[in-house]
Amino acid sequence: MSAILPPSDRLWWKQPIDKVEWAWIAIAFVWGMIMFAMMIYWHVYGKQNLSNEAYKTTPELFGAKAEKFIAENTIRTETDQNIPVVKVPAGGDGYLIARLWAWYPILELEKGQTYKIHLSSMDYAHGFSLQPVNINIEVLPGYEHVVKMTPTKEGTYAIVCNEYCGIGHSSMLGRIYVK
Amino acid sequence: MATTYRTCPVSGLQFEDQAEKLMRWNAVAGVLWLLVGGITALLVILTRWPAIKLLPADQFYLILTAHGVDMLILWILFFEMAVLYFASSTLLRCRLATPKIAWLGFWLMVVGGITTNIAIFQGESSVMFTSYVPMQAAPHFYLGIILVAVGALLGTAVFFGTLVVAKKDKTYQGSLPLVTFGALTAAIIATFTILAGAGILIPTFLWSIGLIKEIDAQLYRMVWWGLGHSSQQINVAAHVSIWYLTAAVIFGAKPLSEKVSRGAFLLYILFLQLASAHHLLSDPGMSSEWKVLNTSYFMYFAVMASMIHGFTVPGAIEAAQRRKGYTNGLFEWLRKAPWGNPVFSGMFISLVSFGFLGGISGVVLGTEQINMLMHNTFYVPGHFHTTVVTGTTLAFMSITYLLVPVLFRREMILPKLCQIQPYLFGISMSVLGLVMMGAGTLGVSRRHWDMAFSGAPFQYEWPGAAYLMMGLTGIFGVIAVIGGGLWILLVVGSLLFGKKLDGGKVSNQPTPIPANTQAASAVAHGSDHVGVPGTVVLALLLFVCFVLYYFVNWKYLSEVWLLS
Ligand code: HEM
Ligand SMILES: [Cu+2]
Ligand SMILES: [Cu+2]
Repeated sequence: MSAILPPSDRLWWKQPIDKVEWAWIAIAFVWGMIMFAMMIYWHVYGKQNLSNEAYKTTPELFGAKAEKFIAENTIRTETDQNIPVVKVPAGGDGYLIARLWAWYPILELEKGQTYKIHLSSMDYAHGFSLQPVNINIEVLPGYEHVVKMTPTKEGTYAIVCNEYCGIGHSSMLGRIYVK
Repeated sequence: MATTYRTCPVSGLQFEDQAEKLMRWNAVAGVLWLLVGGITALLVILTRWPAIKLLPADQFYLILTAHGVDMLILWILFFEMAVLYFASSTLLRCRLATPKIAWLGFWLMVVGGITTNIAIFQGESSVMFTSYVPMQAAPHFYLGIILVAVGALLGTAVFFGTLVVAKKDKTYQGSLPLVTFGALTAAIIATFTILAGAGILIPTFLWSIGLIKEIDAQLYRMVWWGLGHSSQQINVAAHVSIWYLTAAVIFGAKPLSEKVSRGAFLLYILFLQLASAHHLLSDPGMSSEWKVLNTSYFMYFAVMASMIHGFTVPGAIEAAQRRKGYTNGLFEWLRKAPWGNPVFSGMFISLVSFGFLGGISGVVLGTEQINMLMHNTFYVPGHFHTTVVTGTTLAFMSITYLLVPVLFRREMILPKLCQIQPYLFGISMSVLGLVMMGAGTLGVSRRHWDMAFSGAPFQYEWPGAAYLMMGLTGIFGVIAVIGGGLWILLVVGSLLFGKKLDGGKVSNQPTPIPANTQAASAVAHGSDHVGVPGTVVLALLLFVCFVLYYFVNWKYLSEVWLLS
């Protein structure tokens, strides 16, 4: 009789399904397939796909690579903490360290150029949240994620940390310049 | 095995003594956790409201950890235990298998919940309920959660055992009722889930006491979300069962098609295990193939299942109403529904909000590339407050208006306020979810104490609209807390001061469910068939919103920096 009693028709699985229900099931199914196809379509034709290039690493290894990159490409320092501003060679590799509680160093990019930005964490998980563009990528210790980025507009951008990383989380703000 | 069975004079439901006590204790424990969770909700909301910013950072993260644990794990799980006992022992009119083990499970959950809360409030475990490694909490934080999981596993085992008892004692004939079948779905998923949970929390506990040296951050996230995501599927199965239950009790509605509804529950079981993928879409350690396969192949069938329930539940109500003669136009059946009955209004708001807000936002959020626009932003809690709060929590709240007289034998006090409560809570929480999603779309982070970034070497000024959204979050959050607090007040008030109701006849034998009078046949169905045009219109409306919102987000995505 109802949903709280055993089905009144003991052979309920033999009951025909109504046309309207079939139609709705079909719509839901087709829509699922369209959404599936959409992700694949975007991998082929879309311009915003998250890179699959990632390597296992350690904080020491990644830190050493990043320091070398900073030493070779620093163009000036900023703020009273003398944070290096590093110009990433056009089309080249840039390194961004996430650590408690800073993004290091400041990167300088050029509009329209494509860069390979290497992301990793020295300690806890952090969240790369580029604002106001609003691109969000998880940054984990032990993984070096190589993300190809092409800035489309000039300006000064902020990197907010949006993975909770302890008491200083809300002061973990980094910077990217696009010239 | 000496036990008694009480037949409730109001509802005709039959309660076995031990099962009844367990349901009461679990429900009351759940309500108490909701109370703690509600207080933390108020503190969280008043801190995230930029104009108020109540707590200092350390206390905010502590309280937010407590909010996640006490709400998502404890309130929901305790109430679900009551639902499991109800769906087995009560609906099948049989004794509970091994009540002693059920009590053991209950007390383990109580002790575990308190242990974890002690760890949190001692201040060394502000790691959020997800406790991502390598950030470390005190060992008893993990230990408490493990105890809760073991307790829940015992409760689930008792549920399975009770189904066996009913079969053996022949208290029903034919197949399980649909609601019990839904609960069975939830229990099967719970078993997987808890095992995944053990797989990650036990090593993490060992790591916290120094027995394991390191846990890989990515591996942790993958296995943890095997627990974290699947448990949301338990909640969905549980609240969908409650929707069917409500439709049956209020309208005498029968499922449009047993086959379709049961098939949809089955899809939940078959296609969710790897849905943990959609929490890892912006992670470094997983390939796109893995992400696309696991979110779409596995998730979209679960989505399809929810779309089916979203159709068949209102469809069943519409059919029942039309049989009663509410046949004018498309929506007379809905207009003439008992909107003043909180059991119904709460359930219906839950259905609509879960479908339109929670469902659509969840699928969009779970699309591989689009996830980059929202990962870890305020959009995420916005989304799940329209699933686990307006969906699950509101469904639990509304069914309680039925359970208080039936299970606790008390009349609800202040019926006028009872009528208002589902609207107050359901609508404010839906708006809260929306404005949180709005803030997230503008980039605002979740789990973030300070939109001004004080102490940072640089400045970043959020757009004015983001502050507006966060202000609205504050306002509607406070209203939602009032709505939730009102429910606690009404329930606890009724349990203490409500008029006592007659318990009904007690016997020491269960009365089996009367055998089916209708002849077993495959054709009896056709004759009383009614169309459900109103539901079709609602479903198509949902579909149109879904498609539009989905493609709008691809449009947004196409405008950001190029990534490859
Ligand atoms: C009563 C009104 C409620 C309000 C005003 C509220 C408000 C909030 C807010 C603003 C956040 C986000 C905080 C942040 O990320 O900075 C949050 C997080 C959360 N809420 Fe609620 N909430 C309420 C009820 C509930 C209920 C009933 C549940 C579960 C059933 C729940 C589960 C959660 C969870 C799991 C989180 C995530 C915590 C974390 O990020 O670790 N909330 N809540
Ligand atoms: Cu951080
Ligand atoms: Cu952080």
